[in-house]
Amino acid sequence: MSATAAPNGRFAPSTTVELDCAAGPPATVLVRGARLLDPRSGLNGVSDVLVRDGRIAEISATLDAPEGAEVVEAEGLHAFPGFVDPHVHLRTPGREDEEDIDSGTRAAAAGGFCAILAQPNTEPVVDSAPVLRSLRERARSEARIPVGFMAAITVGQEGERLTEMAELADVGAAGFTDDGLPVRSAGVMRQALQYQRLAGRVLALHEEDPSLSAAGVMHEGEMSALLGVAGIPSVSESSMVARDCGLAMYEEGRIHVQHVSARETVEVLERAKAAGCQVSCEATPHHLLLTDEAVRTLDTNMKMNPPLRSDADRRVLIEAVRSGVIDCIATDHAPHAREEKEQPFEVAPMGVTGLETAFAALHTGLVVAGVMDLSLLVERMTAGGAPFGLEVPTLRPGAPANLCLVDLEADWDVGEAGYESRSANCAFAGKRMTGRVRMTIADGRVAYRERSFALGAVA
Amino acid sequence: MHPHLLSVDDLSRDDIERILGRAESFAEVSGREIKKVPTLRGRTVINLFYEASTRTQSSFELAAKRLSADLITLKAVGSAVDKGESLKDTVQTLSAYDPAAIVIRSPHAGAAGLVARWTSAAVVNAGDGKHEHPTQALLDLYTLKRRAGSLEGVKVWIVGDVLHSRVARSNILAFMRMGCAVTVCGPPTLIPRGIESLGCEVRYTLDELGSADVVYALRMQRERMTGSFVPSLREYAARYQIDGRRLGTNQLLMHPGPVNRGVELAAEVIDSPQALIAEQVESGVVVRMAVLYELLAGRGAPNGVREGAETEPQPA
Repeated sequence: MSATAAPNGRFAPSTTVELDCAAGPPATVLVRGARLLDPRSGLNGVSDVLVRDGRIAEISATLDAPEGAEVVEAEGLHAFPGFVDPHVHLRTPGREDEEDIDSGTRAAAAGGFCAILAQPNTEPVVDSAPVLRSLRERARSEARIPVGFMAAITVGQEGERLTEMAELADVGAAGFTDDGLPVRSAGVMRQALQYQRLAGRVLALHEEDPSLSAAGVMHEGEMSALLGVAGIPSVSESSMVARDCGLAMYEEGRIHVQHVSARETVEVLERAKAAGCQVSCEATPHHLLLTDEAVRTLDTNMKMNPPLRSDADRRVLIEAVRSGVIDCIATDHAPHAREEKEQPFEVAPMGVTGLETAFAALHTGLVVAGVMDLSLLVERMTAGGAPFGLEVPTLRPGAPANLCLVDLEADWDVGEAGYESRSANCAFAGKRMTGRVRMTIADGRVAYRERSFALGAVA
Repeated sequence: MHPHLLSVDDLSRDDIERILGRAESFAEVSGREIKKVPTLRGRTVINLFYEASTRTQSSFELAAKRLSADLITLKAVGSAVDKGESLKDTVQTLSAYDPAAIVIRSPHAGAAGLVARWTSAAVVNAGDGKHEHPTQALLDLYTLKRRAGSLEGVKVWIVGDVLHSRVARSNILAFMRMGCAVTVCGPPTLIPRGIESLGCEVRYTLDELGSADVVYALRMQRERMTGSFVPSLREYAARYQIDGRRLGTNQLLMHPGPVNRGVELAAEVIDSPQALIAEQVESGVVVRMAVLYELLAGRGAPNGVREGAETEPQPA
């Protein structure tokens, strides 16, 4: 995948963002009879698709299988462009017990993703060229789908000194973020935006004011009052987003707001975008589908940062995804060890896994429920790389072969057959889903095939 | 009734009436020279205390002993817990002794609920973080009912640090369930946003305190003073201390203890005839006997796995 100019043109990455993936022979696959849906090209109809040499070779009503091609009989299935997740924690290096590049990219492929961006809050933090280089090297032997690596904005994510952003960009950082933590100092944030003119790349921001979040572990509202658990007020997020949109406009920088959770934040973003601020943003499936009501039982799989908020917030987020104020879906896939989540709510770590359930959960909760069109959901789930200058996957002859096959009728229970991820802290564990990814082709290779989805005949 | 006592919310009004009635009958036993009954002979009660406690711990110990149960009390300090053993491992280890009940006090909300998932014993929440302290609420109802008769329509003001108080949360629920009208009052920094959704009124001054039948003062923890929750102890006491001037002669005074004399309560009201503070402590034993009795009597014999005990979900 290569970089394209950012949507509004003023900001352009200085060099191409490169993703890494384990090498393997490109597959020759003929997908027969699937309904192709690509909201950008307007494609919506039953056709055959031939994947060859890493590209979509042909799309036509009926195609003959070339010699050696695997034929996938896909009548009744949908084929979408592959999804792109700009917000994944692969926990590598440092916590390979929770996730590694192999398991994390397998989980992503199982969710229909053809590319992901990994966050740098690892141990050690990805804040220097050697760490980034070694990660990329590892990805080239382990990653099932292309992975981009984000680097930290500040050294050790301590919020004080900028990393060597120019060198990191040269070595291939896909963007910069201190995700997990806000850049608390406005002064440091401003310097990062100034330095962006040299280093390029988008600054992705985890937004909260630590003095307002304080010891909070859930949304501040009626539920936190009932539970006696310290709350994180929505204004902790929205006030920081307002600050950073102001700074981005002043410095003419380019920012991406991660995991928007509060309706106040949506209002700030809407105003900032209207005023010409170069800001994009994402929302997670759990914030679009769950509320703080789910925290009532103090289930630690309902603990993440930002927290699940009220139903009013959730509705505003859905509307913002619809209107485009929220540009894309991101999972914030955050694996945690079982023993760490099996603790009282207040001490358990924040974060939930979501790669394997993202599409199914949103399809079930929004599309089947009649709240959102399927094509819009597909559009937002494929849009995650665009803010970072990645090419958006598309079903078009000649385009890189990135697609997933989905059975929209399939019912399944989350976790019933385990997870591809090394961790099981899924916010949707045990929930019934409608819609299941059967196969994922990423960058021309078969990255995932559901176990029960029989191997196609080889012509 | 629920198999565990985790929250006041788990108790119906009938459940509460039954527990209070049972406590009444144990009070009669407590008046005898031999204060023991054989109800829980041969069964084991484990007190698991992850936080210092004087009255809750000692009254649970006495309650178990007076019911003739075998008792183990474990404090976080000096046990395997201190060596980093997880709550789950500790509970599973203790469960190997086949306890009939585990009484747990923890600094973390929901800890008792977790324990209930990991053991087949009946679990009693003896305070979990700032969440709940249901046996305190029950003994407060018991104490008040003895003095006031009916609880229906009684106006209760809960005054002080509601934000950090598990007693406040359990008592709001308990008083309301019994038909009382509850008002919480304290500095705005110590009243949690959204608390009125529980059905109570919120006041920031004591101006209308005269309308209360019962004034329930909360302990003002000195460590809260170091934050900026209130500017000074002096200003707090000036605005919120219950003293002889503010407490009417027809009003009753309650406090969960231990009292900070001169902070939330002035000396003259602590020792006044309206104060139920000593009775509250006294009620602790019989109410906790009643709770253990209601949860355990008539329930499966030792070694029996209780029905309805949640089983640990299998690893995915």
